[in-house]
Amino acid sequence: MNNASNTASPAQAKNALEIRQLNFYYGKFQGLKNINLDIAERRVTAFIGPSGCGKSTLLRTFNRMYSLYPGQRAEGQISFYGENILDEGRDLNLLRARIGMVFQKPTPFPMSIYDNIAFGVKLYETLSRSEMDDRVEWALSKAALWKEVKDKLNQSGLSLSGGQQQRLCIARSVAVKPSVLLLDEPTSALDPISTGKIEELVDELKSEYTIAIVTHNMQQAARCSDYTAYMYLGDLVEFGETSNIFMKPERKETEDYITGRFG
Amino acid sequence: MSDKHLSTQFDAELSSVSTRVLEMGGLVESQVFQAIGALMSVDTEAAEAVLGEEERVNRMEVEVDRDLTGIIARRQPTARDLRLLIAISKIIANLERVGDEATRIARVAQRLSAVGMPGRRLPLTDLKFESELAVAQLRKALDAFARLDTRVALEVLKSDDQIDQEFEGMMRKLITYMMEDPRTISSSIDLLFVAKAVERVGDHAKNLAEAVIYIVKGADVRHTSMENIESVAK
Repeated sequence: MNNASNTASPAQAKNALEIRQLNFYYGKFQGLKNINLDIAERRVTAFIGPSGCGKSTLLRTFNRMYSLYPGQRAEGQISFYGENILDEGRDLNLLRARIGMVFQKPTPFPMSIYDNIAFGVKLYETLSRSEMDDRVEWALSKAALWKEVKDKLNQSGLSLSGGQQQRLCIARSVAVKPSVLLLDEPTSALDPISTGKIEELVDELKSEYTIAIVTHNMQQAARCSDYTAYMYLGDLVEFGETSNIFMKPERKETEDYITGRFG
Repeated sequence: MSDKHLSTQFDAELSSVSTRVLEMGGLVESQVFQAIGALMSVDTEAAEAVLGEEERVNRMEVEVDRDLTGIIARRQPTARDLRLLIAISKIIANLERVGDEATRIARVAQRLSAVGMPGRRLPLTDLKFESELAVAQLRKALDAFARLDTRVALEVLKSDDQIDQEFEGMMRKLITYMMEDPRTISSSIDLLFVAKAVERVGDHAKNLAEAVIYIVKGADVRHTSMENIESVAK
């Protein structure tokens, strides 16, 4: 198991996030136990593990999502390019723009496709109409959605298919120019083709963004990620390069889980 | 945590494929044994029996390969399950070639029975000894696979040199006989082919042992030093 002197660290020199001695509590229940981990810049890190292992909990510490709920607290340190995210007095809105999140169920705003993208941007930047148009087009192109919606930007975001809505949410996150994207089971609600498109998108986005993805689909983790973290009951059991984890994991617990011997 | 998959069907599939490998191993092992026996006792019937099994061996290779490809497609195996299947594909290719060596030996037995047994001075005892070593190596390697035992696999790898040395010794003797008596050239060359076939059986046993180490330890020790192999296999 992990302790302070034994940090799970990727081989890359630069880390976007450095997590040290992170403990997390839902009231009295401890959801995360002494997590020490580095998230490499501009790589995809996947979190796998059975239900209740803490992977979504961990993801939600990265953008202080838990701060919305009283009774949930984190102790320890999460360093985001040198700044500790867990400090009191952080500007959480700004943090959540720089570390964006996409959820399992697509959550388009009940607005036009255009406004879905523009809404977030307007909170942080003052852009002229044409600059905003450019930004909307740029974000939708980044999310591989532009061609499909460019002639219907005024239509409601809710009129899109599930896969398109999810790509809209990704575009929305990308529009405010984050450095990190957190994807919490982004394709669990989608069909295989939409899933494939989103996975392709993740592969393109990682050249510019650091991506952390939680998935209960091990094959997705195997396909999409550079690094994989296996968690169980709040512990980080093993962390390593994805190809090593899936060909020759170090821990028997990891092997039992990924080979389906977990029972 | 149990050693069984959540899917009993998956367990059954892996078990079935492994059993087929051992079946194939046993078959080619007895082919080699019978072929050498046929040679020593000039027994054309025994030689024909060996040749008769060739089709069955080839079919087994194709069937096992098809089955394991199906498992890979349907189960997306990872870690040691994946390594097991990849290794089995290599193992059965080696076993099929052992079968080929056995048929080669059987054909020489048929040829020699037609032209008459070679002179007593030819090193048949040496050949018998070399073949016993090779068959023992093969059996040991199959045992290592059955029990996924890297220590036994390591023993196979360490003993490979012995067979090579026996072969080289045979070659020197046969060359001497050919020089002393040119009438023995034809039979000597036939025996040389047999000795080479036996030496190759030893090599295939070695490949099997390397595959076992790959399955258990996840390390590909092919083409590495004995020192490296020992540190990995222990």
